Parts: sequence; C-alpha cells; structure tokens
Amino acid sequence: MMKFRFRRQGADPQREKLKQELFAFNKTVEHGFPNQPSALAFDPELRIMAIGTRSGAVKITSSSLTRVTVVLLLAAGDIAALGTEGGSIYFLDVTTLALLERQTLSPDEILRSVPDDYRCGKALGPVESLQGHLRDPTKILIGYSRGLLVIWNQAAQCVDHVFLGNQQLESLCWGRNSGTIISSHSDGSYAIWPMNTGSSPTLQPSVATVPYGPFPCKAINKILWRNCESGGHFIIFSGGMPRASYGDRHCVSVLRAETLVTLDFTSRIIDFFTVHSTRPEDEFDDPQALAVLLEEELVVLDLQTPGWPSVPAPYLAPLHSSAITCSAHVANVPAKLWARIVSAGEQQSPQPISSASNWPITGGRNLAQEPSQRGLLLTGHEDGTVRFWDASGVALRPLYKLSTAGLFQTDCEHADSLAQAAEDDWPPFRKVGCFDPYSDDPRLGVQKVALCKYTAQMVVAGTAGQVLVLELNDVPTEQAVSVASVDLLQDREGFTWKGHERLSPRAGPLPWPAGFQPRVLVQCLPPAAVTAVTLHAEWSLVAFGTSHGFGLFDYQRKSPVLARCTLHPNDSLAMEGPLSRVKSLKKSLRQSFRRIRKSRVSGKKRIANANSKLQEANAQLAEQACPHDIEMTPVQRRIEPRSADDSLSGVVRCLYFADTFLRDAAHHGPTMWAGTNSGSVFAYALEVPAAVAGGEKRPERAVEAVLGKEVQLMHRAPVVAIAVLDGRGRPLPEPYEASRDLAQAPDMQGGHAVLIASEEQFKVFTLPKVSAKTKFKLTAHEGCRVRKVALATFASVACEDYAETCLACLTNLGDVHVFSVPGLRPQVHYSCIRKEDISGIASCVFTRHGQGFYLISPSEFERFSLSARNITEPLCSLDISWPRDATRARVQESPKLSQANGNPSIILAPQSCDRSPDLAHKGADTPEPPESTLSPMSIDSATSADTTLDTTGDVTVEDVKDFLGSSEESERNLRNLTEDEAHTCTILIK
Amino acid sequence: MQGLAESLRAAPVRPAPWERAGLPLLEGVPSETSEEHFGAEFRRFSLERSKPGRFEEFYGLLQHVHKIPNVDVLVGYADIHGDLLPINNDDNYHKAVSTANPLLRIFIQKKEEADYSAFGTDTLIKKKNVLTNVLRPDNHRKKPHIVISMPQDFRPVSSIIDVDILPETHRRVRLYKYGTEKPLGFYIRDGSSVRVTPHGLEKVPGIFISRLVPGGLAQSTGLLAVNDEVLEVNGIEVSGKSLDQVTDMMIANSRNLIITVRPANQRNNVVRNSRTSGSSGQSTDNSLLGCPQPMEPSFEPEDEDSDEDDVVIEDNGVPQQIPKAVPEAESLESLTQIELSFESGQNGLIPSRGLSLAPAAGGTDSEFETRAPVQKLLEEDGTIITL
Repeated sequence: MMKFRFRRQGADPQREKLKQELFAFNKTVEHGFPNQPSALAFDPELRIMAIGTRSGAVKITSSSLTRVTVVLLLAAGDIAALGTEGGSIYFLDVTTLALLERQTLSPDEILRSVPDDYRCGKALGPVESLQGHLRDPTKILIGYSRGLLVIWNQAAQCVDHVFLGNQQLESLCWGRNSGTIISSHSDGSYAIWPMNTGSSPTLQPSVATVPYGPFPCKAINKILWRNCESGGHFIIFSGGMPRASYGDRHCVSVLRAETLVTLDFTSRIIDFFTVHSTRPEDEFDDPQALAVLLEEELVVLDLQTPGWPSVPAPYLAPLHSSAITCSAHVANVPAKLWARIVSAGEQQSPQPISSASNWPITGGRNLAQEPSQRGLLLTGHEDGTVRFWDASGVALRPLYKLSTAGLFQTDCEHADSLAQAAEDDWPPFRKVGCFDPYSDDPRLGVQKVALCKYTAQMVVAGTAGQVLVLELNDVPTEQAVSVASVDLLQDREGFTWKGHERLSPRAGPLPWPAGFQPRVLVQCLPPAAVTAVTLHAEWSLVAFGTSHGFGLFDYQRKSPVLARCTLHPNDSLAMEGPLSRVKSLKKSLRQSFRRIRKSRVSGKKRIANANSKLQEANAQLAEQACPHDIEMTPVQRRIEPRSADDSLSGVVRCLYFADTFLRDAAHHGPTMWAGTNSGSVFAYALEVPAAVAGGEKRPERAVEAVLGKEVQLMHRAPVVAIAVLDGRGRPLPEPYEASRDLAQAPDMQGGHAVLIASEEQFKVFTLPKVSAKTKFKLTAHEGCRVRKVALATFASVACEDYAETCLACLTNLGDVHVFSVPGLRPQVHYSCIRKEDISGIASCVFTRHGQGFYLISPSEFERFSLSARNITEPLCSLDISWPRDATRARVQESPKLSQANGNPSIILAPQSCDRSPDLAHKGADTPEPPESTLSPMSIDSATSADTTLDTTGDVTVEDVKDFLGSSEESERNLRNLTEDEAHTCTILIK
Repeated sequence: MQGLAESLRAAPVRPAPWERAGLPLLEGVPSETSEEHFGAEFRRFSLERSKPGRFEEFYGLLQHVHKIPNVDVLVGYADIHGDLLPINNDDNYHKAVSTANPLLRIFIQKKEEADYSAFGTDTLIKKKNVLTNVLRPDNHRKKPHIVISMPQDFRPVSSIIDVDILPETHRRVRLYKYGTEKPLGFYIRDGSSVRVTPHGLEKVPGIFISRLVPGGLAQSTGLLAVNDEVLEVNGIEVSGKSLDQVTDMMIANSRNLIITVRPANQRNNVVRNSRTSGSSGQSTDNSLLGCPQPMEPSFEPEDEDSDEDDVVIEDNGVPQQIPKAVPEAESLESLTQIELSFESGQNGLIPSRGLSLAPAAGGTDSEFETRAPVQKLLEEDGTIITL
C-alpha cells in the first residue's frame, strides 16, 4: 500500500510530456448545413456569404469555408439608419452607439411633402424598407408599409421624390441606373415605378401586375430587379403564389423576358440574393447566380447557363435531407476505391461537371493543406439511403448516394407518381433542392453500415431486419438478388413478434445503376431492427444481430452458417418492434395529454384578472418562503443490480471477427465474437476453408461455426465492443490489411488477449484461456457509463513515427476518455458533448486516427480531434484591400475583438481548444434574443421587413432591434473595418 | 481466584426439575425427528478465572463433565444483562469467564436440536423469558420462530466497517448482495445538507436514501434508513456527482456495495470507548479520536474479488469462474486501482470535506500525510444541528 502511495504522489513527468504530444482535444469543424438559419448576407466584394442562425451564431462561408464571428461585422460602420415601426427613421453612429438625434426623420416630416389627399389622416405605417443607392450614397429609398415610397437625400436633408403607392408594401428594390424602382406588395402584386426627375409626386407605377393572379395571391415578400448587358432584366421574387391552390408552396419565381420559372422548394425560404456586379461604375448588374437560403438547405442556380441549372454546393450539404440514422467512418481509403466511388457519384448526378466549377461564392483562400489521406464518412438514413461523404478535409462533400429502397416493395410508391401527373403546367413549377424528410416506409431505415475498403464490398442493415451485402460495380447491371432468411428465435416457444412485417423484396432481375449493387439479401426473423453487423470480406462472411439473437451468413455460398437466440425467457419487451404502434401510440397520447394540461395551465394564467394576480403573487411569496426541499415528487432512483431478466437483455450489441487463439494456444484461426445487452459474450471458432493460393475465392465448402467460449460478465452490463489484441498488445488489423501489406502483420506467436468493453468497465482477458488480465471499472469510479468506444492510433506531434494505440471512449455524460491499451490506464479526458444532448452522444463516431464526429443538430456534424497531431480544421485567409480612404478602423476599439486576440491581423486562433461555444457566446452577448438582433430576415413571415441582399450583416448592433442596413453602408463598414493602418489586412481564420 | 461455572444441558421437551434455578435456558426446537432425548442435567464446577485456558479445553471439560464425549454441542452463557451469548472461540470464552459475577451460567445444547434464534441480545428483556418458553413448550405453537443458522453458517449479508477510522457521525455499511435472492431494496434521491465552510453555513447538494423496500436487504440490515445522507460509494466520494452518476456507481458496485452514510438518526451511533474494537478488526490506536475522522477509500481484497466472478463456459460446456490472472497481471491490476484512487483524491475527495487523511484499513500511521481539519462537519438532523 505504502509503495503505491508514493508512486502516485507525482505523475511520471516523462509520461505527462508524452501525453501532451499525443493527445489534445479540439472541436475543429462543423460539417453540414446550419440548423435553423434565420438570416443570410453576401458580400459581393469579398465574395463571401454569411448565414445567421437562431442560436445566435453567424457562419461566414466562401469557397474556402471561412467562418467569421459576429464581432467582425459589428465592429465597424459609420452610421446606421434604423427604420422603426412607428415610421420614424433614426440614425445611429455605430462606433459610439450614439443616436444622431438631429437627423431623425419622423413620418410627419415626410408627410409634409405628400399631397393632402394622400395624407387623409392616415399614418404611413412602419418603415418596411430602406435602400441605399449603389451610385449615390446620399440617397436613401424609404418604403412605408402603407405604400408610400420616398427618396430621401441624406446630404441635403430633404425629400427628393415621392411615389404615392397605395398597396401595402412588402419589399423594394432600386434599379441600378436609377431609372426604376420595383416594389412588391402584400396582395401578391409588384409594381415598377419610373423615376422622373420632376418634383411632383409620382402617382401611378408604370407597371402593376399580379403575376399569379387573377385569384387572390399571397404576399410577395421580397423582390429583386437585376438588369443585364445582353438586354432585359431579371425580376426575382419570393412568394406571390395563388392563395387557394398553391398557398403552401415555398416558391421563388425567376422572370426574364418571357421566361418564368417557379422554383418549388421543400422548406421555408429564409432569404435569397444574386451574385452580380456591384461596382458602381458598371452599367449592368449581370447576375451570375441566384442563391436561395432555405430553412433546410442552400440552393444556388446558375443564371448565366441556359435553363438556369442548379450548382452543387461544395459545402453546407444538407446532411439531413433524410434523417440520419447511423454513421460510420472509413479511414485511409485506397485511391482506387475512392476514384470508383467518385465516378459512381458523378454518374448519379445529372449535373454537367462544368457547373461544379461555377460555384459563385469564391472569396477567400483555403490555406489548409491537402489532406494526407482520404476519409470517408458514411451516413445511413431513414429513407434507406447511405450517403458517402468526403470527410478528408474541412468541407464535407457529398460523393455518392446509395439507395436500398429499390429492392423492396413499399406502400407509398404509386401515390407519388400520381401527384406528379396531376400537376398543371401553370405555374411552371420546377422542383429544386434535395431536402426530403419524408420516408416512404420507416422499415427502410438504415441501422448499421460496414464497408470493406479493399474489396469494395459493403453491408447495409436496416430497421426491418434486412441485411444487404453489396458490391461496387462501375457499370449498370440488371440482376436478381438472392434472398435468404434466418430465424433468430431458433424455435423458442412462447414468443410472438408484435412489431412490423418484414419488407418484401421485389422478385426477378432488377436494374441497378453503377455503384454499390446488392448481391445478397438476408432477412432476420423476427424482422426486428438490426443492432449490430460486421463484415469479413476475406472470409466472405457477414454477421448480424438483432434484439433476438445473431446470425452468421456465408455470402459466397449464399448459405446461413449459424443462428443463435440470445433472448432471456422473461423478456417480453423484445417482442415489440421499435416501431410498435401500441407503444408509440401510448407515448404520443401521453405526450399530447401533457401538452393539453400544460396549455390549460398557461391559459388560466392568461385570463387572470387583477384580483387573481394578487392571489398569485401571494401564492408565489408563500412558495418562496417554504423550503425548497419539500418537493412534490422527488426524483428517486432504485438501486438494484442488473439481472438477467431485465428487458431487452438479449439485444446483440456488437459482433467481431478475428483470427486468433480460441481453442488452444498453439493454433489460431477464424473466430466470431458476439456481445449482448446483458453482459454475455459468445465466441465461436470458425472453420473457413482456406483460399487456394493466388485465388480470390475460397473453395466451395461449407463454413462451420463451433461455440468455443461463453463469458458472462458478472456485472451484466451491455457489451459495447470487443477487440482482440495481438501479442504486442495491438489490435488486429482489418481483413486484407495485413495480407496486402497495408498494415504491419500482427504478432501471431500467441499471447493474444481480448478486450471486452461493457457499459461499465473495460477488461482485457487472456486467450485462449479466458482469464482477467487488466481492467478498469469506469462506472464504479466515475459514475458514468460507456456509450461509444473505439481503438484509435495516436501519433505524436514531436516524433514522426511514434504512435500509440489507445481506447477512446465517450460516456453518457458526454465526456471523452482515452485509455492505454492493454494496460487500460486512464490517459486524458475531456468534456465534449453536453450530457443532455442525447442524440449528439448517440450519433458519435470515432475515426481510426483519433478524431470523431457527432451531430450538433439534425443537419450538422461537429468534428473533433483527440489527437495532438491529426487535426482537420479550417485554415484560410481573406485578403481585403481597398484603395480607399476611410476612417480609422475600429478593430482595436472593439473590446470583444481585442479580447479575442491582440493582433492586427484578425486571427481567430484556436488557442483555446473550443471555438464554437466561443462563437455562440459572442452571439449571445447581445441583450436581445438572437433572432431579433440578426434582423428579421425571414421573408416568409408577413411581419418581416425587407432586407437588402447585399447587406453584409451589420448584424449585431447591440442596442438595435429592427436594423436593416443598406448595401452601400455595409460595404463601407467592411472597408472601414479592414482599413486597419495597412492597406491590406488578412483575416486568418484557422 | 477460582470462578464457578454452572452448566446446564437442556432438554427441550420436558420441564426439568431445576426450574427453580430461574436461569435462562436454551429454547429447544421441538423436533419430531429427534429420537433421542438429550435430557437435562445440571453440573457445577470451577474454573480458574485468571487462567481460563483455551476454548477447546473448556469444550472438552464440558463434554467430560456432562459425560457426552462424542456429542456436538452448542455452548452459550448468560451475560450480565441476561443475554444468552454463544461461546465458540477463545475470545468469547474469555469474555464469558471475565464477566462471571461470580457465577458463569453455561447452557449446553445438542447441535441438531439447537435453537439459534435464542442467541443474541434482549433475551431476558423479552416479555416471556427463554426459560418459560423452554419450560412451557406449548407456547411455541402460537409463535413459530424463524429458524436461522449459527454464526459460522452465516453468509455475511451486511456489516458496519471501519468504525475506528470514521467519525462517529458516519457509518460505513457493507452490503453483500452476492448469492442473495433478496433485492438490495433501496432508492436514493437528491437533497441538500448544511455544512460549515470558510464562508459560513452553506447548503450543499447531497444524495439521500429516499426509500427502503420492505423485506429488502437494505431494510433487513437495519443499518440504513430513509434520509441517511450518502457520502461515499465504495470509497469514492459522491459530492459533485449527479443522482444518476451515483445510481450508476452503486449499481456497478452492487455485488459488494460499501456505502458511507451520515445517518439521519444520530442517536444510534457507535460510541467509541477507549477500548472499542471496530468490526473490521483493524483497530488503530488513534490519538485524534475526538476529531472527525477522515475517510479513505479502503481497497480491501474483497473489493477486487467481487466481480472477478465472470463465468466462462468453455467448449466442454462446464461453467467455471474466471480465474485470477497470473501474478504479474494482478500487480498490474492493482496498479490501475491505485492510480484510480489517487485520481479520485485529486478530484477533491478529501479537501471538499475538509477532513484529514487517515489510515485506511490495514495501513500504518507513518504512510499518511495528515492535513489539519479545515472545516468541520455540520449536519442537519431534523431541527437539531449538530457539529
């Protein structure tokens, strides 16, 4: 005892140093599409785009995926003009946040320039739109809700011109050459006003039309006017759809001359802008592209290519186009497989390759190095698709989409095509975007995915017990898929499956596009969701497990090898499928009752009169007076050991293949391991006929499986992972890895050990005699449970070829721990995910090199790194230089910025390991709720004001609520900001 | 000095002539199967009080005196309170002799017929004393007694441990779940207790026992009660941990659960005299006895063993316990263990309580650094606040 005490006095300083060289925690990138976007801005000079979200974060992206915080945008700006609900316009010196009171423009002042008969005692209403002029910064176009348009000369402090509109105004746009103003209205009409220089008010617009009339239409929330050198102009607007027939559509209409396209989106439109020339000296706008930010995705159309095709986005991919149900990471993908997947993806996408290079948002430079290896992220989705993402770098790029739905007959197929046919030619709808959250059949959902990167074979397993073995083929084929079913109940008496039916596969040869094509379909019976799957391409074996048991299938001979029931006799819950109607109905009923109850309570509060308010206040006082301990129903937890008959104890949690010593210490051979929810581990010795030398395929002889060992962990915690370590304590390589010289051959001299990770502890047992060697009881000591584990290689930053294999583990508290292997000594731990974020924790996937991904929203993966060396993070620069005098930059004056760094070049450096909370924090600094500070840009809502597309934010002016800046101003702001002593300044966002 | 011993060989079924002796008798279990009547005999003999000798010798003496050389018997004596206590080893034999005042009354019972329930406390305080039960056997029919086995046959179910190193206000209870069919049978909840800190009285969150399941292990031990504050679980302090974490810790340790509580009822605390020996049997002569004593995770061998019992069924189908690994592996294991306890100490295990480090079971004073008590423990017991 004494000895140990002394030993643990001081940690070994050498080891501590080594740890620092191996481990470091960083949250590096957010992949995917921002959750709940609420605002959009584009800077035409820098060619960068900013997206504001409801969480208060502003994400700035360009082709190099830059991310700048709110602070940058806030830090500069001369004067902000603030239109208000009362109709007044205030001018604010943004640097001092002082109101320039003398300049305040009240509606009364405007009304003086308006003829009496227009006035007729009515107020002008709120200011709906404020627009600066590209060429003449002194002029501001003001639009009032009632319909009045005014050109205000800020320099002369006088009204230049008024347009006596009478339709309730939604949005305004100023034509480039000052010749026209276009206004959109709440009745679905837009009007074009000629600009005559005369001082008399313009009474009528030159054109006033309801594009989707004659029946009542919804408001046109936003409208743009863009002229072209080739003649004509674009009118682009959102909304305005016929109220009765298409009032529920999310549409943006693009009109040029006689061509009208009604872009039909699947989610709400937040905002849109065009990428066009903004140089004041240019005669024409010449829009290149239209970018539409929707609630769930970003769609960009190429306006210069006939047909206005959409341009695939190099980032901001809507990961959640169908809900993500599982994910897997494949590291070090061989170049050959990579190219084949990319090619399969290109054949899938209807886009001409040229438009890939047409991405119009081109600002900034990507300084990140080319990724040293190719990483593939596979996401399984609710609709039965598996999407392949290039996760090598900062931008998560879609590569290829595999759909398994085509193999099965589902109920909803005909409905779709009927709906398509019934649609009229008018309006000329065009479906755009890929967000489609509606799954035809929940049974198609993908539960588990495994890919062999050397043979390009993969297994996809789903909600209805389907296990699909697929193989990559570069050409389309037409072929039948062989179907087999495996009964996992194994004649257990007394069990009836109450869940869903299994999927019925289509019969006969089916056409398959180039890509992964199904070879074999194994259906588990009962058709419960597959909970574990593993593939061994070298042995042509696939193992799968459900809540009832596990099976082993030889997909070369297309014959089942083994089925084992893991059910405990008392387990009744296992009989209800995850989609059990009984259960979900009960749950939803409960929830809706709860909701009703809640609303009743709040309803009562609302109608409270003064008297009852007094009572309420008294009651509250009384409540405060009494001690807090006396809670009505204190939360209690029962303390009982896990027992064998706990529900769902038979769920198979993990499956694993290994070439190791199971029978005796002299002979190693193929083995399969299965771990269950109740702490049982089954180990089978497999008899796999050896492949003929040189031949890929093994002879046609049956594979045999013999149960070798059965381990019951006394603590009965679910077995999360199993891995065999070789004689040197390193995990065995993947199939083919060693035989193809892609990994160091394992030590097969014996001395193997098996690492069994349960939810409560890690244990290493010797093999073939299973005896406990080392262990770490995580739950007993920390009170946390294991959620995900992975063996990962950590390379040292200090030494080129020093690396350690460690066990990375994510707990139910959202902490990540790293343990040495096989010693199982704790190395480091970091808090990674909020413990309340259950879906985040459940979605976490580790890579082989010490990184990881987890969902921070349905549409975004956070990427983190545990390795000090292997970090994938954005590193890019934004060069800003304007030959223009400007007031001294206010960079230094901004306390937030100087806090972030004291450097003249703005580097949001990752000194602190965690940048995203930092960002959120800055957003949250503002006193108002983030939605309001980010300006109400959601143009679908009737109350929202118009926004200038080019507005580069000016986003968080802290004291301001309804702030809408003009494009000129925002540009100026940016210039001011960046004119920091030198002409050129680099914003380095690492 | 010579002591006197009276020994009684009790017959369960019939009233004996020495009823007038008025001595507590063993209560025999009426047994239909006992064919041989053991009869009742009374002997009186003397013992050397200063040199009582060994229990074996005494046992032999009794067999000799009663002329029952080959009969297994249970030996009991009546202590000064009238309680019937067993004599089955040197210690309690010596204790028995030393308490003889002046007479040591010894009761001998045939093992097969023995009524073990009579052993224990309060034997005489019961309304009907044991003797009357023995003498009027018809009483039994009305009140059937639970038959329990002798101490040596007991599997431990619970114990109070580390009495000598814990402050008197704390209790460390060990619950042995293994093999018992009874549920552990308790619930815990969040709550708050009051402490003295450098900033004055402070309410701090704590974990409390909220409910005992009737008939469960926890209740049957009588060592845990509702509203007891849980301070440690198997040597790991729970302060700063959530209810769910503590739940998980307890479940993870449920086969051999050691919980340190501050009982809500502080009136039944073990009061330490100068010569009290802890039930852990590792009494340390500690001069700091008056001060609240520190707690240190004590890693007793059982801690390690408790869950080494993973069962492996080899291919021959015979289940076997997983053996402990080779010695070198074991030392590795303990290393892991030690590193851990260090970490938990780092996590504010000791300082947060403001207690000084003290010897763990089996330790010697020299290896512990002692920190001065920074804060005293204050605790809320209903309306009374006790320091």
